[in-house]
Amino acid sequence: MRHLLSAADLSLSEITEILDLAEEMSTVQDRPVKKLPALRGRTVVNLFFEDSTRTRSSFEIAGKWLSADVINVSAKGSSMSKGESLRDTVLTVAAMGVDALVIRHHASGAPWQASHWIDAHVLNAGDGTHEHPTQALLDAFTLRRHFRSADPSSAERNGQASDFTGKTIAIVGDLTHSRVARSNVLLLQTLGAEVVLVAPPTLMPSGVDSWPAANTTDFDEVLGACDAVMMLRVQRERMSGGYFPSAREYTIGYGLTRARLGALRPGAAICHPGPMNRGLEISADAADAANSLILDQVAAGVSIRMSVLYQILGGAEESVASPVREAAVR
Amino acid sequence: MNDVLITGADLAGQGRADLLIRDGRLVDPADAGVDVERMDADGLIALPGLVDLHTHLREPGREDAETHDSGTRAAARGGFTAVLAMANTTPVTDTAEAALHIAALGRQAGHAQVIPVGAVTKGLDGAELAELGLMARSAVQVRVFSDDGHCISDAGLMRRALEYIRAFDGVIAQHAQDPRLAGAHACCHEGEVSGRLGLPGWPPAAESTIVARDVQLAALTGSRVHVCHVSTAETVDVLRWAKARGVKITAEVTPHHLLLTTDEVLGYDPTFKVNPPLRPEEHVRALQDGLADGTIDAVATDHAPHARHDKQHAFAEAAFGMVGLESALAVVVETMVDTGRLSWSGVAQRTSVVPARIARLSGQGRPLSVGEPANVTLVDPTARAVVDADNTASLSRNNPWHGRELPDPVVATFWAGRQTYRR
Repeated sequence: MRHLLSAADLSLSEITEILDLAEEMSTVQDRPVKKLPALRGRTVVNLFFEDSTRTRSSFEIAGKWLSADVINVSAKGSSMSKGESLRDTVLTVAAMGVDALVIRHHASGAPWQASHWIDAHVLNAGDGTHEHPTQALLDAFTLRRHFRSADPSSAERNGQASDFTGKTIAIVGDLTHSRVARSNVLLLQTLGAEVVLVAPPTLMPSGVDSWPAANTTDFDEVLGACDAVMMLRVQRERMSGGYFPSAREYTIGYGLTRARLGALRPGAAICHPGPMNRGLEISADAADAANSLILDQVAAGVSIRMSVLYQILGGAEESVASPVREAAVR
Repeated sequence: MNDVLITGADLAGQGRADLLIRDGRLVDPADAGVDVERMDADGLIALPGLVDLHTHLREPGREDAETHDSGTRAAARGGFTAVLAMANTTPVTDTAEAALHIAALGRQAGHAQVIPVGAVTKGLDGAELAELGLMARSAVQVRVFSDDGHCISDAGLMRRALEYIRAFDGVIAQHAQDPRLAGAHACCHEGEVSGRLGLPGWPPAAESTIVARDVQLAALTGSRVHVCHVSTAETVDVLRWAKARGVKITAEVTPHHLLLTTDEVLGYDPTFKVNPPLRPEEHVRALQDGLADGTIDAVATDHAPHARHDKQHAFAEAAFGMVGLESALAVVVETMVDTGRLSWSGVAQRTSVVPARIARLSGQGRPLSVGEPANVTLVDPTARAVVDADNTASLSRNNPWHGRELPDPVVATFWAGRQTYRR
């Protein structure tokens, strides 16, 4: 894998490989010494044009636990207003001899453009309202664990089909502006899940009918059929943009309220990419419910990013099948 | 200057004749002297010099992107003998003095006639009317006014501007984009592609609703509206309806909207970022039909050169626009002539005669007959070439046609009897 730009770039076997390796990586978290030598001597730059504590620190920890040198570069404001082009910023950082650039940008497509300008590997850490592939991978990781623990036989059943076959997953909220939703739709499609998109018409993306997912404006209609619901964060400024009349009306129509929590199938998973607006798109009861995976998602973030960094930076020269086992042997 | 005798050209596809150029005019070929410079135009077509209603020459202000010299050279290479220079320079062309300066820069450059377009509002701010009357009464007699890039969305302001310019037979060239339906960030046709790529959408209705409103205002005021760079099938419908009712409205289409579709932006290449955005195939076809039947009156380039670095941002943040002067006729041949939609005399109408009439230019878009100004473009109807962005007179390289094989029609351009381009 040269870059990770879109969830659509990943085949089922590549996704499975990433998730399996992330499982191994997750054991590092429980060790007293959380360090693998796998990426020693490699340099990873987190080039963030947009603030993101969560994603940035998770990439940073992932890189450090793999012994890469990780540098954070905040390029916020380094844009047209300052006179420097995206290309110049990217080339400048790349010229320092980095092996991988982890790019977060407020504009869609920026990592894709960057990948054409430089030789280093590019990882998309979220671009505008386009994609956030590592978020989709960590969501899949969390859900796979959940599905397997709920039905331990499912792992064995999965000869070539995945744990997601036959599962219905609703993604609910501001789909128009959500990079998490786009990446999840693409990844879950490859994994074989049935995706249902739920939003008021004003927050439904243009051309959604051509997406590999069903869509509806009626959350309650699909609630009982879901094996998992992914609630998306609603930006409060969407209200002033006229996308919906009030927070109250949004919550009543599209929030995972206590009442909807009760209407979910027993054991159906609850996900949220964070940060949550408790009381708006998700009630406290739902966020803290036994079947809420929200904190597991955060924990999975590091494992997934370790796995992805390793897949992209580790494999080639040393061809270590399992960096975790290798370290254990040493 | 020697007399030039062009022999055997087909005059706008209407029959072969010789053309003798003397002292900037066409004179009787029988008067050719022995020392005449001869040009064999056998197999070529002669068009009246092309007139571009919509050019950004960038000077003054952004001489790194284009100057009058480079821009009018590019115009000549594209077969143009006149270009209307849009007002969004720095400073803005919103006074008679500024307009005179633009015309003077054009005269110094000397590769095509440069006609200033005046701003409708001071500083293109959409608030107060610029000194329209003084620009009109100045020596350059500005007739076309436009806040190009900034839609005059305030209906009251548009009404007053239209009323006011009636006094001197002006025309307002409107960039139709309702800012509430397609804001400043809108950069991709709203549809399947914008949804997938996560780019701010630009719905067709943002254009056609403004055009529909302006039709009513043109009728109300009896004044002339010209619609810039029509990009949607809906607008073509509105124009067809308005023209059937005799409203004084005209419209232009760009070469890029006649051929390129939204799919070009799938790679997030800002070269294809343009305003209005590239539209899907059904709109492209409607524009071709509209141009063929005269619903759309003219082809105009919206030649928008940009310094390389202004295009090297993330797609949503890069500058809007693409160069177009040198390839305009090529695209018209590709989409309209080679497909049988437009005859060569139709091409002459849409690229020269009608735009000159809209802009009230007396010496452009004239018939190729004795006594007329010698503005002539010689065209090879069969030549083709692969476009190379570096093979240009423009200072900019934001060329959407780079690497594409297109007709390569322009053989020579004569402006006021002077050869401004020869292949």
